[in-house]
Amino acid sequence: MKSKEFVSASPKVRERGADRVFSICIVVISALIIVTVVYPLLYVLSSSFSSPGEIVRGNVFLLPKKFTLDSYKAIISNKRILTGYANTVFISVVGTAINLVMTTMLAYPLSMRRLAGRNVITIFVTFTMFFSAGMIPNYLLMKDLHLLNTYWVLMLPGAISVYNMLVMRNYFQTSIPGELIDAARIDGCGNIGTFFKIVLPLSKAIMAVMLIFYVAGHWNSYFDALLYVTDKAKHPLQLVLRDILLQAASYAEEGQSQGANLVDQALREVGIQYATIVVSSVPVMLLYPLMQKYFVKGVMIGAVKG
Amino acid sequence: MASKKKRDVQEARLGFRKSFKRYWDLYLLLLLPIIYFCVFKYKPMAALIIAFKDFNIKMGYFGSPWAKIFDFETATSKVNIFAHFIRFFQSAFFWQTLWNTVSLSILQLLFSFPIPILLALIMNEIKKVRLKKTLQMVTYVPHFISTVVLIAIVQAMVAPQTGIINRLAMALGGESIYYFSKPEWFKPLYIISGIWQNAGYSSIIYLATLTNIDPQLIEAAKIDGANRLKIIWHIMIPGILPTAITLLIINFGKVMNVGFEKVYLMQNSMNSKTSEVISTYIYKQFMDHNAFSYSTAVGLFNAVINIILLVAVNKISKKVSDTSLW
Repeated sequence: MKSKEFVSASPKVRERGADRVFSICIVVISALIIVTVVYPLLYVLSSSFSSPGEIVRGNVFLLPKKFTLDSYKAIISNKRILTGYANTVFISVVGTAINLVMTTMLAYPLSMRRLAGRNVITIFVTFTMFFSAGMIPNYLLMKDLHLLNTYWVLMLPGAISVYNMLVMRNYFQTSIPGELIDAARIDGCGNIGTFFKIVLPLSKAIMAVMLIFYVAGHWNSYFDALLYVTDKAKHPLQLVLRDILLQAASYAEEGQSQGANLVDQALREVGIQYATIVVSSVPVMLLYPLMQKYFVKGVMIGAVKG
Repeated sequence: MASKKKRDVQEARLGFRKSFKRYWDLYLLLLLPIIYFCVFKYKPMAALIIAFKDFNIKMGYFGSPWAKIFDFETATSKVNIFAHFIRFFQSAFFWQTLWNTVSLSILQLLFSFPIPILLALIMNEIKKVRLKKTLQMVTYVPHFISTVVLIAIVQAMVAPQTGIINRLAMALGGESIYYFSKPEWFKPLYIISGIWQNAGYSSIIYLATLTNIDPQLIEAAKIDGANRLKIIWHIMIPGILPTAITLLIINFGKVMNVGFEKVYLMQNSMNSKTSEVISTYIYKQFMDHNAFSYSTAVGLFNAVINIILLVAVNKISKKVSDTSLW
């Protein structure tokens, strides 16, 4: 109340008729957008804590119905999900480490403007962004390299994203003062020494952005595993999740035709799908604070081409 | 532009010998990434030759015979290295998959393109800092959700009887629809879920452009008596336009690149009439029929069209907005 009076008393903040309406419209639209984005997420979260019977009967609307942790308990005893989880963690950690090292190994030399052959290498690399051999030649390559059904096939083929590499190179070029690098060289630092002493400490933002991009990429992808890995014990979480969803969908359809009289097993599957969605999405969400800090910067660096 | 030229002159590229002497350690560093590109990106390109052959794993890429086409008049097979391409062009799937691919990506572009701009304009107009922050934080979240989870969420939202969409429809006297079984709903679902997932993320660049608009310009307009809508129309939108046009042009170059992952997850036997795109068709031909050469040929066709489009669009873009990919 008090603050409102204060606002209307201040001539600067007071708005004229049309602008006042406009302001209200903006707030209303923003609220609608927030609801539209949040509702599906909330629904999934609530369903994961609800009794599966209530979900199938369509009683879950906003908050959990007949609160239970059964679906989460079912996950803990589900070997496939646990293995999938472990696989995904392993692939994301090792894969991202490979990504960061390899991307930097390419981006740092290419950021040296005076390096002979820089343009040729850039074209050589960038061409693969626009033309790739395609699904079958890639598959045959993995077969020839004996990479099928290994973890490596999920980490090596995408070791360097050209786009990310260009973003990193641009960052090195624009955000690290050339004078600093020259000074380090005069002090007798080798190029690699300069990287560790000067460039890397100044590149936290870009490394964080790359980390987010690569981790999210590994964590969320399923196609490479679908194509290259038939050994179910090596399936990443997303592929396991896909199987669970397909299973649950077929049960749900059955449930429709049988008037929601599902057997216990089917009900459990319905519940487990929501819990798995939550559990599989949480780790990427944990990157969110990091993202908040560096994200806008990262996207902007990516937008600037050089 | 001018300052960049100046810098280029100052930092002229070194000759190879000098460059090696100074940067030998960096060349060593480059070795591994270059080997990586040779092995994982360029080597499979050589295998593209099987698109022109009747590939047989035992005989290998170069040992396999050239592709043959069956000639009905003479009832014999004749060598025609384009046999697989011809087969694709003549199959019923050619126009269907081509049309689905192109129409899906163009529709997606047209519908999902303006939304991030609108979102950025709205965010920019919010005076309450907390509301603005909340809106930003919330709309960025879906971008980090995996495709598998996204489709699961969509399925839950439009589920017959239990999903919110159908419940709202039924509450308003409508009927419950099983959206995923309807071919005509495939594209809308694909596009709307895409907007839900990516609008927030895509708005970042526009929001940054908007915050770079000269505040004096806005002040001057206010003094001239412009209301906020007028300011948006005459200052904000023109300010955003160059970025928007550039992004639009770049995206047009990707028309043939419909992502496999999402389409494949949304596909079922009931909606395949509208959902079968070139990449999913390739995958199925490969997986279900082991058609090595045929699916490679279809993939090559797609890649070639794609690069032609990209070059063309880039040429246009250079003329129109002075921006290009290379």
